[in-house]
Amino acid sequence: MAVAGVLALQGDFEAHARILRRAGAEAIEVRTAADLDAADGLILPGGESTTMLKLLREEGLFEALRVFGETRPIFGTCAGAILLARHVTAPAQESLGLMDIDVQRNAYGRQLDSRIATIAAPGLDGGQIEAVFIRAPIIRRVGPEVGVLARYDGNPVLVEQGRRMAATFHPELTGDLRVHRFFLDKVEENAAQTRPVSVHR
Amino acid sequence: MFFDEQFRLKVGLAEMLKGGVIMDVTNAEQAVIAEKAGAAAVMALERVPADIRKEGGVARMAPISKIREIMSAVSIPVMAKARIGHFVEARVLEALEVDYIDESEVLTPADEEHHIAKRDFKVPFVCGARNLGEALRRIAEGAAMIRTKGEAGSGNIVEAVRHIRTIVKEMKQLTVLGKEELVHEAKNLQAPLELVEWVAEHGKLPVPNFSAGGIATPADAALVMQLGAEAVFVGSGIFKSSDPDARARAIVKAATYYKDPVKLLEASEGLGIGMPGLDVSQLPRSELLQTRGW
Repeated sequence: MAVAGVLALQGDFEAHARILRRAGAEAIEVRTAADLDAADGLILPGGESTTMLKLLREEGLFEALRVFGETRPIFGTCAGAILLARHVTAPAQESLGLMDIDVQRNAYGRQLDSRIATIAAPGLDGGQIEAVFIRAPIIRRVGPEVGVLARYDGNPVLVEQGRRMAATFHPELTGDLRVHRFFLDKVEENAAQTRPVSVHR
Repeated sequence: MFFDEQFRLKVGLAEMLKGGVIMDVTNAEQAVIAEKAGAAAVMALERVPADIRKEGGVARMAPISKIREIMSAVSIPVMAKARIGHFVEARVLEALEVDYIDESEVLTPADEEHHIAKRDFKVPFVCGARNLGEALRRIAEGAAMIRTKGEAGSGNIVEAVRHIRTIVKEMKQLTVLGKEELVHEAKNLQAPLELVEWVAEHGKLPVPNFSAGGIATPADAALVMQLGAEAVFVGSGIFKSSDPDARARAIVKAATYYKDPVKLLEASEGLGIGMPGLDVSQLPRSELLQTRGW
């Protein structure tokens, strides 16, 4: 069974862990660089990206995540997508640059502009998904290697680039397991390739 | 009836604040310090609770110009306080587009019988509670986040501890009761049966459960989180200390590593002097803020 880590510095990491377990994975909370060793993949949850960024820097996790992302699958939702981006605006802030996307923070406005929408998701089984946007960012640019799995209002809201994924909405806040299953498939596949024999797990 | 789409969005933002620290600020400069220190949100108010306590008088919603100044200074969510029952202050804050309203006992109540009918608003509300009955009544009215009241402006954690322990214990007790007993408990708690049944089934509140009122140190924050709080509000504790920036950073760290004694030691070191505290048991009853709200 794949072990999926959830970055648990701040935000709705418990909601992600719950969904991962329902999807059949083992979920662990990651708060230190050492915690990363046990994870086959990692989710960066929703929350406040400024808070997470500050803790990532101070606790020596920023570089550790970059290294982790070089070899293992990583998936960011909302604040997590902001952390994964190449460039961040409104305001500009540092990011991991693990995905070739540019992201504008709080791009729909304040909480009163938060919304739930049923959107077309050609990249997922069923083709539609309920998307919860909370003070959400907008992906303003995707690089040539980035695949768009779902759009809302013309903007990409669920994207993949190899073993990496980002969503500007919160699949962890609905009962729908498909997005997490999609990510877990990447985790399983990657673990099978990089850990051919595992007897102690 | 309780969990419609609007309510899910309100709870959704509260979910994003979990594991974080919401800091009281009175101007843009403090808001920027809070954001840089890692605050998950700020609470805009005219005076921090310790000053309201000291200066007395009627405490109202903060001046609009102050709230605007804070909203334009930071990119994190901005909350603001309205007086208990003052639904017009709440409508003004909603029109201003603050991200959350705290219907707060720290301000002087505007109504001694009624809280705001919060379901009618699009903006989400947080409310204080000392026990499960109070928490569930506020949720029934539409609150999408509950926090302990503690004793604001006291710098003393004892009341917040009492309130989080009470709420957690009362929730645990519900989980072992039968259907008939829950009806009786709903009567005792003066709360809707539907919400009492939800808590009995899940062992937790249907909205995030945070703590406030007396948190002054990183260890205080970790204490209430170990007792079951999912995030913390810090009022006077930061900007009434000798080094607000260092203390704010330390409390943010403590909220993340609340179960890790070594990290808590690191967070507790080199903070300067904390805010002066009050012995709550020596306060006259008329000066208690936590007894406001019904």
